[in-house]
Amino acid sequence: MTTSLLVADARTKKRNAAEKRFQAYGLSAIVVAMLALLVLLISVLFNGLSSFQQTFITMDIALAEDRVDKQGNRDPAEMAKTTTIGYNSLLRDALIATLESEGLTTDLSNKDIANMISKESSATVRNRVLANPDLVGQTVTFDVLASGRIDGFFKGDVTLESAALDQNTSPEALMLAQELADRGVMETKFNWNFFVWPDASVQRPEAAGLGVAILGSLYMMIVVLVLALPIGVASSIYLEEFAPKNRITDIIEVNISNLAAVPSIVYGILGLAIFINFMEFNQSSPLVGGLVLTLMTLPTIIISTRAALKSVPPSIRDAALGVGASKMQSVFHHVLPLAAPGILTGTIIGLAQALGETAPLLLIGMVAFVREYPAAYTPEAGLFGEASTALPVQVFNWTQRSDPAFVERASGAIITLLVFLLIMNAVAIYLRRRFERRW
Amino acid sequence: MQSLTTPLLMIFALAVVGYFVAKSRALKVAGGDIRTLVSLPNQHALNTALATIVPPAAAVLLFALYGRLTDGGPNWFFTLVILGLGITGCALSLIGIKTETRARTYAERWIMGLLIFASTIAIMTTVGIVFSMLFETFNFFGQYDWRDFFFSLSWSPNFRGNSDLGIIPLLWGTLYVSVIALLVAVPIGLFAAIYLSEYAGPRLRAVAKPAIEVLAGIPTIVYGLFALITVGPFLRDYFAEPMGFGQSASSVMTAGVVMGVMLIPFVSSLSDDIINAVPQAMRDGSLGLGATKSETIRQVVLPAALPGIVGAILLAASRAIGETMIVVLGAGAAARLSLNPFEAMTTVTVKIVSQLTGDTDFASPETLVAFALGLTLFVITLGLNVFALYIVRKYREQYE
Repeated sequence: MTTSLLVADARTKKRNAAEKRFQAYGLSAIVVAMLALLVLLISVLFNGLSSFQQTFITMDIALAEDRVDKQGNRDPAEMAKTTTIGYNSLLRDALIATLESEGLTTDLSNKDIANMISKESSATVRNRVLANPDLVGQTVTFDVLASGRIDGFFKGDVTLESAALDQNTSPEALMLAQELADRGVMETKFNWNFFVWPDASVQRPEAAGLGVAILGSLYMMIVVLVLALPIGVASSIYLEEFAPKNRITDIIEVNISNLAAVPSIVYGILGLAIFINFMEFNQSSPLVGGLVLTLMTLPTIIISTRAALKSVPPSIRDAALGVGASKMQSVFHHVLPLAAPGILTGTIIGLAQALGETAPLLLIGMVAFVREYPAAYTPEAGLFGEASTALPVQVFNWTQRSDPAFVERASGAIITLLVFLLIMNAVAIYLRRRFERRW
Repeated sequence: MQSLTTPLLMIFALAVVGYFVAKSRALKVAGGDIRTLVSLPNQHALNTALATIVPPAAAVLLFALYGRLTDGGPNWFFTLVILGLGITGCALSLIGIKTETRARTYAERWIMGLLIFASTIAIMTTVGIVFSMLFETFNFFGQYDWRDFFFSLSWSPNFRGNSDLGIIPLLWGTLYVSVIALLVAVPIGLFAAIYLSEYAGPRLRAVAKPAIEVLAGIPTIVYGLFALITVGPFLRDYFAEPMGFGQSASSVMTAGVVMGVMLIPFVSSLSDDIINAVPQAMRDGSLGLGATKSETIRQVVLPAALPGIVGAILLAASRAIGETMIVVLGAGAAARLSLNPFEAMTTVTVKIVSQLTGDTDFASPETLVAFALGLTLFVITLGLNVFALYIVRKYREQYE
């Protein structure tokens, strides 16, 4: 029984098959991971891109004096007595007039027609009239928001079937909207206001925006940058360049690597107990959020700064010491500038992490419904002390609301957040490529 | 705090003035020839500025702490002490300017103090975390029996009092979600790491490694939304309902699978490092004896890297246990002891969020229980981390 060496025996075949299988497992693991990333991104994009568009009704509104300025003296204080309810009927009549001029007839009651317009629109029109009383008496062309259901219809989220079961709209209203869209009265177009408007109430998804959240996130990033960067760099310099090797510095080091792995929600509890209950800072303020995120980002910044300092060769320090610099001078004048690109990269990555963090902010009250743009400084609330929300928290907030139109908004907010993160990481990669030196 | 702003601004102005006065005074002392000075005028100036600012700043921190502890607002005494410290520091350092004054050494001592202070903030954070939770946990156990907390099998908070606050259903949900997450993340992450470090060519590596790492950079709220709007309904419509497991979109499975995806980069990048640390000579020896590549990996590389990989898995497990947003949006809110993975269950972190964001009285056990939960979570994750870091560190030294 002799077999040729050129013919693989059963055992060799089995081993080779095992080899093939093993490779296939490895490759499929990579494929699965990349597919997961792809599905994640596509699902968010698919759900969220439509939130950047909004349906508007273009109509001429007759701002009759007897409706908006009963006193007739153009005094904004007097005119403010006409509430948004008064403007609601004004808008309704304008839409009915538009329908007539377009030659459209409908069985809808006046109330149903009014329901096609967002409740937010009357406030928008009212604010514009109050800001500019000269408009009274004229007929002005406004782009007003259509209601959330009409908007959902043009985005494919609301269908004639679902509208039949819905109290807030009806198939007839949707057909009428389609007619209006065909005539160019209604149009779905890009909506910058999504990034500018504050959050809106539960019934008005069409008017909800990210303005307050973006501002709050920006304030928190400023706090984090101003606190975490100097503290992180200072403590890394001490630990890397000056600290003697002893029990205490050992404890600090172990401590920092453990802090990096503490669940983020624990930092939220810390913020609630120390900054809000003990120090009595304002709840839901960007200051407290920034402080909590600072403590959370510090380990990241310290770890990357120490790596950057470590990568500066000792010859640089020796040369500085050799010409008479003190240890402190050698570090601040020579080592630190050379480590700066690495430190900056680490800081940006830490900031990106902080920007996307949600859980600790929930605990310090940033889920609150905030419609007022927070001021950076007020004498009563102090620096960054006014209530605010943040981008990721706004996403969470919107997912908790029952109206499905808010899911679209939440995905849109996620896309905005991811774009910010992408920019920050791209800057970090650019800085690393451009300035990093290999010794 | 408000009335301390003015004295602090005054101190800052004094420091700026002191900086320039010190500089000109040093030049005057030198008589125009700075070679006679031991320290440069700039160093005298820096010393004066630091001596003016640092002691009052430290005093402000202490006073803020003291004011909070005694519930007293800032008063004229604080203001006086702060201004006094600043003026004394400024004056003393200005008087001390002589040709032989070692201003550089003095200035560096101030800076060193600041550096040391900065590096103690990490310690203070840990102390803050532990104390803030310990304090409220003691309050909680004063109102609620600790045996009920640790051993009761039911969790049903009732805002009129008489709640059942047993941690076991929450721990069960946490463990169940984490186990599913690890079942997803460990095989995928490990195989991906093996393939990338042992088989993949440079081109695939250049694409796949960053792509997997992107997964680590995505905020958890994004994963949470993904679980809520995509994975949850998908699992419900194609698995849970046809197989008769229930109709819940939020389930242990949803949260577990999405969290598994989140953990893939953790497992893979840590394992990658560890596999790369196995010396090439061990591979060469095995290949030289005629083993195939996969036999080498399974019988030589992996056993050698095993302790490190276990460490990586433990780190991933601690991440899974402490994860919040994915379970808040994906796992549901009902505390349940059940084996069905398609049923909604809840975790420790979900309950921390829900107990602390509700409108309840802060001193009630229903709110305070969140601190006890937080402390339990902290202790568990800390234990896992310390153990994992110990294993990883020990393993790294083995081949160095």
